[in-house]
Amino acid sequence: MVIGELTQETDVLVIGAGPGGYVAAIRAADLGLDVTLIEERDKLGGVCLIEGCIPSKTLIHTVELMDHVKQADRFGISHENVSIDIDKLRAWTQSVVDDLTGGVKTLLEKRGVDIVKGRAVFTSDKSVHIEGAGNIDFKHCIIATGSRINTLPSEYDLPLWDSETALNLPSIPERLLVVGGGYIGLEMGTVYAGLGSKVTMVEFAERLLLGADPDLVKPVIRKCEQRFEKILTDSKVVKVEEHKGGGYDVTIEHHGKQTVETYDQVLVAIGRKPNTDNLGLENTGVEVSERGFITVNDQNRTTVDHIYAIGDVCRGPALAHKASREGKVVAEVIAKHPSAFDNRAVPAVVFTAPEIAWTGITEREAKDEGIEVNVARFPLTALGRAKTIGETDGFIKMISDPVTNIVLGVGIVGPHASELIAEGTLAIEMGATLEDIAGTIHPHPTISESIMEAAEVAAGDPVHILPRKKKK
Amino acid sequence: MFEFKLPDLGEGIAEGELLKWYVDEGGTIAEDADLMDVETDKAAVTIPSPVAGKVVKLNGKVGDILNVGDVVVVIDNGSGGAVASAPEPAKTEEAAPSAQPAAATQAAPAQPAAAPAAAQAPADRKPGRPVPAAPATRRVARELGLDINIVPGTGPGGRVTQEDVQAFAKGGAPSAADAAASDTSQAAAERVEFGETGGIPFYELETLPDFDAEGPVEREQIRSIRRKVAKKVVSSMILVPHVAHMDEADVTELEAFRAKERKRREGTPGGKLTLMPFVMRALASLLKKYPQFNASLDPHRNEIVYKKYYNIGFAADTPRGLMVPVVKDVDRKSILQVGSEISELAGQARDGSIEAGNLRHGTITITNVGPIGGTGLIPTINYPEVAILGMGRTQEKPVVRNGEIVIRKMLPLTLAFDHRVADGAQAAYMVTELVHLLSDPNQLLLEA
Ligand SMILES: Cc1cc2nc3c(=O)[nH]c(=O)nc-3n(C[C@H](O)[C@H](O)[C@H](O)COP(=O)(O)OP(=O)(O)OC[C@H]3O[C@@H](n4cnc5c(N)ncnc54)[C@H](O)[C@@H]3O)c2cc1C
Repeated sequence: MVIGELTQETDVLVIGAGPGGYVAAIRAADLGLDVTLIEERDKLGGVCLIEGCIPSKTLIHTVELMDHVKQADRFGISHENVSIDIDKLRAWTQSVVDDLTGGVKTLLEKRGVDIVKGRAVFTSDKSVHIEGAGNIDFKHCIIATGSRINTLPSEYDLPLWDSETALNLPSIPERLLVVGGGYIGLEMGTVYAGLGSKVTMVEFAERLLLGADPDLVKPVIRKCEQRFEKILTDSKVVKVEEHKGGGYDVTIEHHGKQTVETYDQVLVAIGRKPNTDNLGLENTGVEVSERGFITVNDQNRTTVDHIYAIGDVCRGPALAHKASREGKVVAEVIAKHPSAFDNRAVPAVVFTAPEIAWTGITEREAKDEGIEVNVARFPLTALGRAKTIGETDGFIKMISDPVTNIVLGVGIVGPHASELIAEGTLAIEMGATLEDIAGTIHPHPTISESIMEAAEVAAGDPVHILPRKKKK
Repeated sequence: MFEFKLPDLGEGIAEGELLKWYVDEGGTIAEDADLMDVETDKAAVTIPSPVAGKVVKLNGKVGDILNVGDVVVVIDNGSGGAVASAPEPAKTEEAAPSAQPAAATQAAPAQPAAAPAAAQAPADRKPGRPVPAAPATRRVARELGLDINIVPGTGPGGRVTQEDVQAFAKGGAPSAADAAASDTSQAAAERVEFGETGGIPFYELETLPDFDAEGPVEREQIRSIRRKVAKKVVSSMILVPHVAHMDEADVTELEAFRAKERKRREGTPGGKLTLMPFVMRALASLLKKYPQFNASLDPHRNEIVYKKYYNIGFAADTPRGLMVPVVKDVDRKSILQVGSEISELAGQARDGSIEAGNLRHGTITITNVGPIGGTGLIPTINYPEVAILGMGRTQEKPVVRNGEIVIRKMLPLTLAFDHRVADGAQAAYMVTELVHLLSDPNQLLLEA
């Protein structure tokens, strides 16, 4: 980077140090480019590390551990009052986050990436302005500014919680209303239910986790029904008012009927929106859709050739691993490598109990798009390992092409779904057939065997359940 | 603008030589009017224009080798639009995460799988599911500038392998050699290099002497039919252990019969009775008894494939070079019918109008150099067939019959065959029977 009077110059300017931006910066630096990374927060790592994936999974792990201990009675483990120290948990979570964000900083520094703190705003196709730090001219720019929390309309000018507040464990409300039955709402609901809150969940749609196949969600709903006080679907929050003496009176409408209930706290988890406003994009030729997503091609190039966009700001699922993959692709494209975001499957994981994960095509999508598929399921009740750990609620779903037997999608609900889904994703990327999976030795006894078994069910020759009648 | 790509010219044909344009750049063309003549491996075809309009651009000059799928003509048919050269990857809109009102839904993580599909389906690609191929394979395709969706896959379930991509890149795109071949000036002809020679002992491609130093030479590019013949005979000679079995048939009576019938049938279809249909028909009947000469060897499956149909090709000398038209199902046709098909196909081969389908699917070949001359020949098997029957010139010869020297009309015959599939004794038996059949028209009538 050449430091001039007020204007600096760089080959590659990365805006945002989330899992998209910091990965892009590292890869670009490793490819020999001069890289500058701008981040407005004090810490690096973006939403994922600071207020997303990492803290949420730390908390979920803890409450699940506690739940396991409570359930362990049946294995003969006796325990008296399992209790939790919230301050300690908060400190632990914070230390995990700090450790990782510090690690990201070291990784970037070791690669010689220039890190500039501040908020970047485009002044043209070639330059950004950073308050207090002057201008930076760039040859290439990667927009990785991520997304932020959607809030309820402004008339609710109340100190309601969002996922960020909730992750900081300000208190354990006795009665908690979670608004939004997407994955963040479900995960946060699980955490607070585990910590002792009576959780009610309200979802506008007719079912929870709209993106997942309904059959995968069912075991989770069964569990949530035990853990939560109430799950209201097809329901809408129409009014939130402060309750005299603390808490909120919330009016919920269900099929035209309104009811009012009082909650100690309301956690709003109604999605996120891309950080593409307030970025000065109007000073560039970068095209942004009505909903605020930056238009990109299959190399994540925007409508301005030397400006790229990755992660939550552009099309596709708002997930950290998708952002990181795009980050690598874009860095390589800038270094003139023949890379493209041509991935066939972006796995999605929900860290509920049990976990849900899916990858590739879902059964629903196949149906909607009129794609003929072979769908086979293998229940965990038939799996040795699931029995040994006492978690047999769940199944593997294998979706394949009925003619070529090529694996098109995998859905999992059950223990370790988040880990197992990687195999399905690899299979899809490789264009693997059912036989490729069925013919691969899976270690015994593990949950991973269920993937092999599901492939066998699909191919018509399962061992541990009876074969389906062959379709003729 | 309409971009006309060289269409599929028939099963397995990847390229053709441009023989003629019927239009000029700037000229107009009617729908279905003749556009161009292209010569493929063995046949010349006239390709009509699929649209009417003004010819904006002709890609290629006479003599160029065109690949199937290449844009050969750009026609302004009034459909508008710029001519897309290298289509840019399409810009894709985001996959709408959720259309729910803000009140109570988790928008962002919805529909994870829909997004990658959108991301990897630029507008210039065929719709439908992406072709199965591993990420590293897809990268190789991008390195080679290939759209992997058009690469045929040989893996399980049609999976495209790296080898498929590389093979396609070699065959599907014009290679350096092809590019050179399209330039007729010899200075521009690039030297084609060959790798190691496959580990064959003592085999070494000799460096050529400087022919020009000895005197004037003329150089000609090896093209279309010449090239096809070269490829065929090289595979045949390298892969097939040839054995030749020779004999002579006394065709005195057959010739007398033929001369008589020919006179009688002059002017009727098949009336120009040559010797060929007799030999062909006799051979077809014998192949049923000796199936090892109507076969192919499948080295990949370690199998011999016996064909239960009898399609006999005959070598035809045409202005473009050697062609082998095929008479189908000879065993089910009369000698007259076979004769008329031979003359029809030979005519089409000579004037270039023969259809590709009539140059394929032969199960054995006959080559007759008799009309030109020759006491005998050792023909090269038309790979992947396993046998070829050569006919020399019928000549009057002194032969001994019952202790006396008599003058007979003798037809020299050679059966060259693939020793992997058949043995010499079988060839001797079959050729002996053939000789008997041809020596006695009555027997031919009864048995063939
Ligand atoms: C509670 C929660 C749980 C989640 N759990 C998971 C999970 O389990 N798995 C998963 O894959 N994903 C999860 N996600 C989603 C994941 O966090 C995001 O998909 C991911 O962080 C997106 O990465 P990004 O690089 O696009 O942007 P971000 O991580 O949002 O990073 C963008 C960065 O850019 C900075 N920035 C923005 N504008 C500017 C500007 N103008 N100038 C300078 N800096 C700027 C921001 O400060 C931020 O640090 C979760 C999200 C939440 C909220």
